[in-house]
Formats: sequence, structure tokens, C-alpha cells
Amino acid sequence: MNILNILQDIEQTDPEVYGRLDSRRSAMRQFSNLGKKLTVGGMALGLGTMFKKAYGQVTPASVISVLNFALLLEYLEAEFYRLALANVPFPNATAKQTFVIIEDHEQKHVKFLRAAISGAGGTPINSPKFDFSGAMGAGNGPFRAAFSNYPLFLAVSQTLEDTGVRAYKGQAPNLIGTGDVLEAALNIHSVEARHASKVRLMRRMMASSLRIKPWIVGMDSGIEGGAGGLVVANYAGEITTNQGGVEIFKIHPNVTFDIATESFDEPLSRGDVENLVKGFIVPGT
Amino acid sequence: MINPFTKATSKGNRQDDGLPENEQRRAFMRYAGASVAATALLASACSPDDTLNPQSGTRGARLGDTVKLGSGDFAVLNYAYALEQLEAAFYIQAINTGKISGDEFLLMVDIRDHEIAHREFFKKALGAMAIPALTPDFSSIDFSSRIGILSAAQAFEDLGVMAYNGAGRYLTTPIYLTLAGKIVSVEARHAAYIRELLVVNNFSNSVTPDFALDMAKKPSEVLSMAGKFIQEKFDLTGSGLM
Repeated sequence: MNILNILQDIEQTDPEVYGRLDSRRSAMRQFSNLGKKLTVGGMALGLGTMFKKAYGQVTPASVISVLNFALLLEYLEAEFYRLALANVPFPNATAKQTFVIIEDHEQKHVKFLRAAISGAGGTPINSPKFDFSGAMGAGNGPFRAAFSNYPLFLAVSQTLEDTGVRAYKGQAPNLIGTGDVLEAALNIHSVEARHASKVRLMRRMMASSLRIKPWIVGMDSGIEGGAGGLVVANYAGEITTNQGGVEIFKIHPNVTFDIATESFDEPLSRGDVENLVKGFIVPGT
Repeated sequence: MINPFTKATSKGNRQDDGLPENEQRRAFMRYAGASVAATALLASACSPDDTLNPQSGTRGARLGDTVKLGSGDFAVLNYAYALEQLEAAFYIQAINTGKISGDEFLLMVDIRDHEIAHREFFKKALGAMAIPALTPDFSSIDFSSRIGILSAAQAFEDLGVMAYNGAGRYLTTPIYLTLAGKIVSVEARHAAYIRELLVVNNFSNSVTPDFALDMAKKPSEVLSMAGKFIQEKFDLTGSGLM
């Protein structure tokens, strides 16, 4: 996020922004002071504060809502990996280190989103309690072995990351025209895709399966057995080969059906994502 | 040389030669709700003295030519088209060196074909507004070793991610933003995979230390970094991407 361009961005969409602030001069001074005083960790707060000062309370509720939805998913991922690091029987230190890195990222995304929401005048949601067995708190759901069975853990991790990518992608149009906010969401979105790619590569090597790739083939999760059946909806729609009215399959001799599906990831709506993660969330918490 | 842009513009409409690609492009425009804007932007997609023909095969521009991207959302799409041309050309050459083998070869063939799919997508979607086929200059890349190829691949993929992430703010049409999002996450998957081939657990060492965000770059920054790999020059004047 290029925070130093924010006034310019606001000015482009709202030429009267400086009238809303005390004056351009004081706004700039305020801003450069922020840049000097705040640590890097405070910059998201600074960003939100600038929006709030410029617009009063009208940081659109829809934008805050999108950010809180993202925060819920980051809470979920962060807690999943925190528990995984404490419990999963990783086969070696290198494999564990992968998830130390990913867990660190998810925790940082939580911090970032909380700061951005607060600073923009919104209220960050608190984390609900999670049930990673997928039984909404009963603890006996189909994924109950995810922290004791390493292959199942990898399968759930892959599904969460791929679904996270789809969720952020689905929200991007709701942030159109928000400049730095959109860019920040995109900058998280691609990190989730990096995670997904790495976990998929680990699964490819573990299973020696050429059908599991760092990218999504068709609408296959590449997950065998009962768990595979449970994540079908997480991959629904990934098989599409028509992009904005352009058919990708055979658009060039090299572009097979699989290549056409792999080369574009598909979004999911907020409602779809909420349904997919519902089993992991304890209601009323 | 006949300039298809001028011809189409003087008629106040695009050429309609009845080809399937045209049908698909029009479908794309309808889908995007942008046919009016498309016609209006036609003239600005190319400078008046530009005689480059975007449909003339694999090579339409020459060393020293200046390429204008058009304006508005179409400038962003042409910008992406330029980068996808570059990536596809890179992987086509990389695969042909024989330096990549085994599982890495299988997956790099996939990556090459993804980039070709992206390139062809933009070409078809932009139709007559597309910039010409660009001429790559990979003389600074070491294609003689696996490490040289993978290092360049990592640079291209990370640059692609930064470019798409930085381009999102310039888009005003939701469907284009979604399409860019559909592509950038695939580029990020490539980037993470290539990084893993060089150093294990390096899949996301691209991110900022504070909040673990990928870093977006402005089009002007990206094009100055990518410039040494393309013989043509870009002129962003009037594109809205400055």
C-alpha cells in the first residue's frame, strides 16, 4: 500500500476533500507527521484515520463490512494454524516451518485488518470460537482428525487457502474505487494464493500425484476419500472456461481444457463462503 | 499499410468481418457493458500516425516503436496484455532450452500454456484496440542454466503479481477487476512454485515484514522494470496510468 499517495487518491474521487480537511496544508502536515511518528505497524491506523477525518462517519458501511468479512476469514485461518502448530505431527522440521510462516502471515493479516477497520471508523468484529472438526461446536465433525492426521491437515489447509483466494476475489468488485483499500485487499489475496500453491505442491510431492498441482485443475480438489466429497462445494465453478464472454478452451493450440481451467481462478460470493465455513464456527460466539 | 484503427473509427464502429473472434470480442464487450466506451476509446488506443497492425501475426512492432496503451480501463487491459506477451515469450524460450527437466518441466509447460492462455484472452477481448505483438529482448537473461532460467522466472512472476495488484485501482468496470483478480492469483501460484524450486519455504518471501502483504507497483514502475525485456517503448501519456 502506498500510503503517501492517499490524499492524491481521495482528491481524484472527491475534489472537495481538502475542504473537508482543515486545509490542504494542515492535512499534509498532519500526514507527514503521521509518517514520521508512527511505526510501520501503525500505518494502517493512520490510513483509516485519514479517511475518517476526510469523510466524517461516511467511510461506507459496505467497505467496513467487506473488511470485517475478510477479518473473519483471517481469524479462522490464524486459529487453524495456531492449533496446527501445537498439535499436528509434522513429518519434519521443513514441513513445520512452512506452517510457521503461513501462521505468521495470517496473524499479521488479522492485525492489519483490525487496525484498518478501527482507523476507518468501523468496529472490528471479535473472533468467534472455532470448531475445526466442522461440527459447529460439537467437536465431532468430519474433519476431527485434521490436527492428528497430517495428510488430512494438508487437505484442509489447501481447501482453506483456495477458498480464501476465492473469497477475496469475490469481494474485489465491492471495493472498486477505494484505491488503497482495494490494493491492500489484493495484496492479501495474492499472498493467500502463494500459500495455496505451496500447500498444493507439498500434497503433490507427498501423494506423488500428477493431478495435484500448485494451480486448480478443473474443479478437482485432488483430495481423496470422504474429505474430498466434503469439499466439492469449495471448488464448484472452478471448471469454467468462459471468461467474460471469451472462450479460453482451444483459444490457442496449447490451451487444453485443463489449461483453460487452471489459468483462471474463480471468485465465490460472500454468501457461498459463509456457508462453506459455517461448520467451523461455533454459533453465538 | 492499412490502419485498422483509422478505418474502424471513420465508420464509427468496429470492423465486422464475421469472424468468430469478433463475435467473442463483442460478447466480451457486451458482458462488460462497455461497447459504447469501446467505440469512443478506439481512436485513443493508437496514436494517429501509428500504422502498427495488431492482427498481423506474432510480430507487429519494431525496435524503437512507441506503443500507446489507450486510455481508461482499456489501457489497463493493454498493460496486462503487454506483460502476458512478455511472460509467454519467456516461457516458450525457457522450455525450448532443454535445461528444465522432470517434474519441473511438466509444471513449467503448464505455466507456459497458462501465460499463452492469458495472452490470447487479452488479445481476443481487446480486439481492434489491442496493442501490437511486442518484440521481446531477453539478451540479459541467462538461458544456459536451470538456475538462470528459474531466477528470471521468479522475477517475472513476482513482477506480474505486483503489476496486477497495482493495476486494480485504475479499473472502473467490476468485470475487468474480477478478471484481473482471476489471473493474478494464478500468477501468484506460479510465483510461489518457482520460488520453491530455488529455495524451499521461500514461497512468499516477497511479502512485507509488517503485515505480510504482497507489494503492488504502479504501471510506470513496472514498465520501467520490464522495459529492458521489450524492444518497443511505452508511452503512458493520456492513459490515466501515470
